Amino acid sequence: MKFKKIIIIYIFLFSTLYADENNLELIKIYKNLRCLICQGQSIADSNSDFASTVKLVVQDQVKEGKSKEEIYDFLISKYGEWIVYQPTFTKTNFLLWAIPYLLLAFGGIVIYFLVRKNKYNKSN
Amino acid sequence: MLSNIGEILVFLILASSFLIIYNAYIDIKIRNQVVKRMIYNLSLFQITFTILCFFTLIIGFVNSDFSLINVYENSHTTKPLFYKIAGTWGNHEGSLLLWINILVLFSFLFLVFNFKHNKKFRLYTLIIQNILIIGFIIFLLLNSNPFSLIYPVPFEGLGLNPILQDPALAIHPPLLYIGFVGCSIYFSAAMASMLSEYKGKEFALSIKSWVQISWCFQTLGITVGSIWAYYELGWGGFWFWDPVENASLLPWFAITALMHSVMVLEKRNSLYAWVIILCLLTFILSVTGTFLVRSGILNSVHTFASDPSRGIYILLFLGLMIFTSLIIFFKKYKKESYNFNLKTRETFILVNNWFMAFFLVTVLVGILYPIFLDVVADIKISVGPPFYNIVIIPLIVPFLFLMTVGPQFKWINSQKVKFYQTLFFFFGAVIINLFIYYFFGSYSILTNLIFIVAIFLILQCFLDAKQSMYKKKIFEYPRIISHFGFGLLILCIGINHQYSLEEDFNLQVGESKKINNYEIYFKNIKIEQNKNYQSVIGNFKLTDLKKNLIQYLNPEIRVYSDPETLTYEAAIKSKITSDFYLTMSNVSRSEYYNIKFQNKPFMIWIWISAFIIALGGFVQLMLKKNEN
Amino acid sequence: MKINISKIIIFSFVTFFLSIFWLGLKKDNNYNTKNIIGNKISNFQLPSIYNNKFISEEDLKENKFTLINFFASWCAPCRAEHQYLLNLSNRNREIKILGINFKDKKNNAISFLNELGDPYNSVAEDIDGKASILFGIYGIPESILINEELVIIKKIVGPIDPKQYDEILQLIQ
Repeated sequence: MKFKKIIIIYIFLFSTLYADENNLELIKIYKNLRCLICQGQSIADSNSDFASTVKLVVQDQVKEGKSKEEIYDFLISKYGEWIVYQPTFTKTNFLLWAIPYLLLAFGGIVIYFLVRKNKYNKSN
Repeated sequence: MLSNIGEILVFLILASSFLIIYNAYIDIKIRNQVVKRMIYNLSLFQITFTILCFFTLIIGFVNSDFSLINVYENSHTTKPLFYKIAGTWGNHEGSLLLWINILVLFSFLFLVFNFKHNKKFRLYTLIIQNILIIGFIIFLLLNSNPFSLIYPVPFEGLGLNPILQDPALAIHPPLLYIGFVGCSIYFSAAMASMLSEYKGKEFALSIKSWVQISWCFQTLGITVGSIWAYYELGWGGFWFWDPVENASLLPWFAITALMHSVMVLEKRNSLYAWVIILCLLTFILSVTGTFLVRSGILNSVHTFASDPSRGIYILLFLGLMIFTSLIIFFKKYKKESYNFNLKTRETFILVNNWFMAFFLVTVLVGILYPIFLDVVADIKISVGPPFYNIVIIPLIVPFLFLMTVGPQFKWINSQKVKFYQTLFFFFGAVIINLFIYYFFGSYSILTNLIFIVAIFLILQCFLDAKQSMYKKKIFEYPRIISHFGFGLLILCIGINHQYSLEEDFNLQVGESKKINNYEIYFKNIKIEQNKNYQSVIGNFKLTDLKKNLIQYLNPEIRVYSDPETLTYEAAIKSKITSDFYLTMSNVSRSEYYNIKFQNKPFMIWIWISAFIIALGGFVQLMLKKNEN
Repeated sequence: MKINISKIIIFSFVTFFLSIFWLGLKKDNNYNTKNIIGNKISNFQLPSIYNNKFISEEDLKENKFTLINFFASWCAPCRAEHQYLLNLSNRNREIKILGINFKDKKNNAISFLNELGDPYNSVAEDIDGKASILFGIYGIPESILINEELVIIKKIVGPIDPKQYDEILQLIQ
């Protein structure tokens, strides 16, 4: 009985959900592009003239079948890396991507030794 | 007149700080357990002067006294009273005065409420805290004086920026500052602890409530800031990983780690050095955040009007703080032994700290790397939401899992965990997730995992709640409430992100657009003249074709004349199940309007779960008070 | 000994961070286009504003130097720089000017040029603005100076001012 109730509540709550693929891809690209004349806004959020022009260009390229990466590369070649919010995976950005994981590994090692030390103490 | 009163009061606060430091220093030498009456009195005077000083500035704003430059720049006679008052702290100079208020307030409260603790420790805390206060007052007087005069006195103020006239934005700074600046007191306490050698469990008990208070308010402050961004800024999001947002998140990670580690220090008398490091780090991160936000070094939609001279001063102050705390730490550091069994609560708290450190470093590196690259290699890159999402989200999965399993263990001794019960709940979560997957639309493996662990955490919290009520273990309630809130938050964010509908398109009046089962008809445009702005109101008819429901949404474009700004007001309809979000902006030199339509499931629940997280902390404070 | 090494490392780290902050204060946090100098412009094909012909990068290869100037009749700062463009148009042997009319109406552009003078050797139209992205433009007026190999040797954002005008003259000697 409780289980049925839960199901009914879920159906009610989730009935507004609907996943949409097509246009979400376009908006995802807009969200990764930076508006160059704004103070910290993406092309998706900005209402500026530049943003609307870039949106047109992106729409064209998507229709031509270009992939996300190709579009980003194209814009980076014109405007520099500043225009994409996701940093590229190149040598210059190596530290940026590596440091968090290095810290994760370092922390794991520290905890391992802290806990392991005790195993030896216990057996003594 | 007000300017004179205000400045005199500032000097009085400064004088009382010096007197407090002097008297405290002398009193430390006296070997008894009683703090001299004079010091209490001086502290009382100090807090009185500080509150009066802030009040003076508020009066300046309320009376629109434009002889004060600060009031002139940030207020206006036609501003509603509530926003005149809020304008006091909505600018750099006023907010600095608010910082000083909170520094003094916490200094006073810590002295008074910690009467059970070691005298030398309390006095050293007072001294360090007052050194911080002096530092900020000097900054205020030399660089950012809210009581500076302007002559001739203007008739009207400049400050009618409409974006700043919003209730959420009015309370966001005070809430956040109690968090940010509240950290100062345990920074001072940590230094004092090292200097007076007052360690271990007693030290933990002395700072525990203060850590809790700053954590609660930091959580609230960040949440209210997000709510404001969602309702006011018109992009439909609530977190942009903007540098200023990140600057408030950094201390939050540190305080959360500290809050958990203090428990270990209290219960097991272990991790003292680590607790000290966290206490120092938290306020250092707060001041670093302030530096990043107010110096103009970062490009952000949130920045205060920036001024490089501020940056230099804050940087000097930051440098002094870091070097002094490092020197004292290295001088007093003694190696500790650790006695942690694997399957115990303290080990899992270490794991919590591990993850908090990871999240903190990720956000820190994301903020600092572009600056580093710009300075060292003259290359400009951007680090935005994709970076943080890619690095942080996958780690949320093990984090939530460990967060569910961890509290099942007890202190000190490993014990047989209720393995089958936990497994049962885990499978329950998997099944519920599959249910969502099949009925409502498929999603990636990562999202599956996130839903599973979030639901797992929620289910486990329900069970813990039931058992705690049965066994009358009320001290578990705060943890259960906050952890439940966190699981709910991640689940709601996941659902919101996965099932949001977003469309960006251009429409002319009279046209419609069909999106999935919605139809949007651009009915007409109305132009209205209001008191200080002209608004272009779009009338949109939204039809839900599946349910045959009709709603009207009215986004606005507002043209203000004084100052000349353009704002875009989103039309938002918030319901229990989802929000509708519509913004409209005109395409230059064209009859078309650019429309952004969003349907966002469970938005309200995101705010509710964030408040639940903070609620757990407040319940903890209440329980502690009752205990006393 | 172990503690001493970690002390040195930590102190160095902190000093390093603080110096980065210090130096970062002096830098401008806004976007600039220093990076496109030295790049070749991309291939393009835009309709002329006067006739049915198309203008492409091939046409620019015959020029020793070309200044590509993005403008529009509705753009106020474009009027401010127009004098410098006219001056440059007198140096026809050294430099040719290609005007690209950005998000504008043909008739308005022609009236604009009739009113202020036409410094351009040719004028192309970019009605929806999409071509400007090919050139790395993000606002108007903006100008790009290229040589006969179509390599960008100078980029000007905003109206040309006296200092930049002199720099152009220097470069085309």
